[in-house]
Amino acid sequence: MYPDDLKYTKEHEWARLEGARVRVGITLFAAERLSDVVFIELPAQGAKVKQLQTFGVIESVKAVSDLYAPISGTVVEANPALAEHPELVNQDPYGQGWMLLIEPADSAELQGLLSVDDYRRLIGEPVN
Amino acid sequence: MTPWTAHKYISLTEADRQHMLRTIGVPSVEDLFTDVPRSVRLLRALDLPPVPSDAELLRELRGLSERNGDADRFACFLGAGAYDHFIPSIVWHLAGRSEFYTAYTPYQAEIMQGELQAAYEYQSLLCALTGMEVSNASMYDGASATAEATVMARDLTHRDEVVVSSAVHPEYRQVVRTYTRHLGVEVRDLLHQRGVTPVEMARDLLSERTAALIVQQPNFFGGLEDMGRLAEAAHAVGALLVVAAADPVAYALLKPPGEWGADIVAGEGQPLGNHLNFGGPFLGMLATRQAFVRRMPGRLVGRTVDTQGRRGFVLTLQTREQHIRREHATSNICTNEALNALAAAIYMAALGRGGLRQVAEVCARRAHYAMGRLAQIPGFTPAFEGPTFHEFVLRCPRDPEEINGRLLDVGIVGGLALGRFYPDLGDSWLLCVTENRTREEIDRLARTLEAMR
Repeated sequence: MYPDDLKYTKEHEWARLEGARVRVGITLFAAERLSDVVFIELPAQGAKVKQLQTFGVIESVKAVSDLYAPISGTVVEANPALAEHPELVNQDPYGQGWMLLIEPADSAELQGLLSVDDYRRLIGEPVN
Repeated sequence: MTPWTAHKYISLTEADRQHMLRTIGVPSVEDLFTDVPRSVRLLRALDLPPVPSDAELLRELRGLSERNGDADRFACFLGAGAYDHFIPSIVWHLAGRSEFYTAYTPYQAEIMQGELQAAYEYQSLLCALTGMEVSNASMYDGASATAEATVMARDLTHRDEVVVSSAVHPEYRQVVRTYTRHLGVEVRDLLHQRGVTPVEMARDLLSERTAALIVQQPNFFGGLEDMGRLAEAAHAVGALLVVAAADPVAYALLKPPGEWGADIVAGEGQPLGNHLNFGGPFLGMLATRQAFVRRMPGRLVGRTVDTQGRRGFVLTLQTREQHIRREHATSNICTNEALNALAAAIYMAALGRGGLRQVAEVCARRAHYAMGRLAQIPGFTPAFEGPTFHEFVLRCPRDPEEINGRLLDVGIVGGLALGRFYPDLGDSWLLCVTENRTREEIDRLARTLEAMR
């Protein structure tokens, strides 16, 4: 459940290059550790985010955590569905549970992120 | 070390002390103090007068306390943030019950359902009074609640400037500055004009940088603000409207801030069933819209159901708070004024909508009678023209501080000499008339002023 085509952060966010833009969410590992997500605070459209700086807050029945941007850039869209349905993050973390669509300042920043194998090692999962 | 002597209020005997010392393995009480340097210790007996009898002691203390003036014996025309309203006996009869009257605020849902339900009712009643959607379980006082609202507005808007009307209580404004000084928030003063906040000047000061416009209703001078247009001006630039309240009793009569579009209402709840208490403990109120609840500081009690479907009350949304969110918390406040909030809840429930409105009406009528009566005295004129609730400002023919001194001699607490906060209002005197002031007292004040030479 850790797709090969994604890049990962040590803070358990994923990034997917979609054309010139980057879609961002949190990994299955993070979603499972948090358990039921009840609230997500995301930046507004047009906000600037910086790589590995916080861009929002995720709250579950167990904990509250900061969200870290995998890449610097401008927020094109924040997932509007999460306001009413934060549970999408648990149900479909790589699909409907996405958080931000970012116009990257420099997409080369993606190269500095973890590959799927590096990420699996980080969380103690067997590497294919 | 002073030798141990038995005392009627300390139940410990010499045998008890020896027993405790043996248990912890220390030879003498003196050994417990070895860590305190001798140079800072008082190595002799306290220099106290001979022990009085209980009767003598009570007589002396009574004599001391009678040197205080209080609003029961003096006719109090002082408001300015603390209000002498009548408190029905039931309020403190119930609030003083031992189930409530504890030394600390109990939040354990397992054993404190009564307390939590009371807090929930306080929140609900405060929302009804202010026209807001959600209230916290209370804070320290009006000044700190206004400051908390300022920080909340900054967090909600991600903006770093607030515009504060100078018709907001001067002490609230000072506390706003203290709270925000190290948060990089710039506090800009909006000068009142003829006792109210000028809308046009507000528009000039408000910008895309403004997190909030802070006004008070009724304002510090007792005047009514042009709330609709002030709300419009704030919202036009995306700023929030924070409404400070010094006496929420007014909202039983006036259109409440929520209906004017206020985003946060913060202020003082003392006038709701709480005594003057020498200036504290008071009761900080903070209410807002549902959409902003996660940025709200302070404790919040919610209603829920248990595993068997029964109604229950618990602290809720605690992830905003410092013990969970640490440095990201909405505020460092982790407590509230539970007993004072309880008194406010009982007060509001006891009076009901109609009763509270009656209190507000009597306040307004008596204050307007007083203003008319006092303005007939040569040299005394209303300083401002607009409508007022239960406070008003008079210009005086002599120093208001001097007038106050002379009134005290005849058992009257005069108004606030405004020069203390507003140097250009040195001849101005802020008076308050609640439902507790009788027509006779107002006439006596007028006659005393007439006779002053």
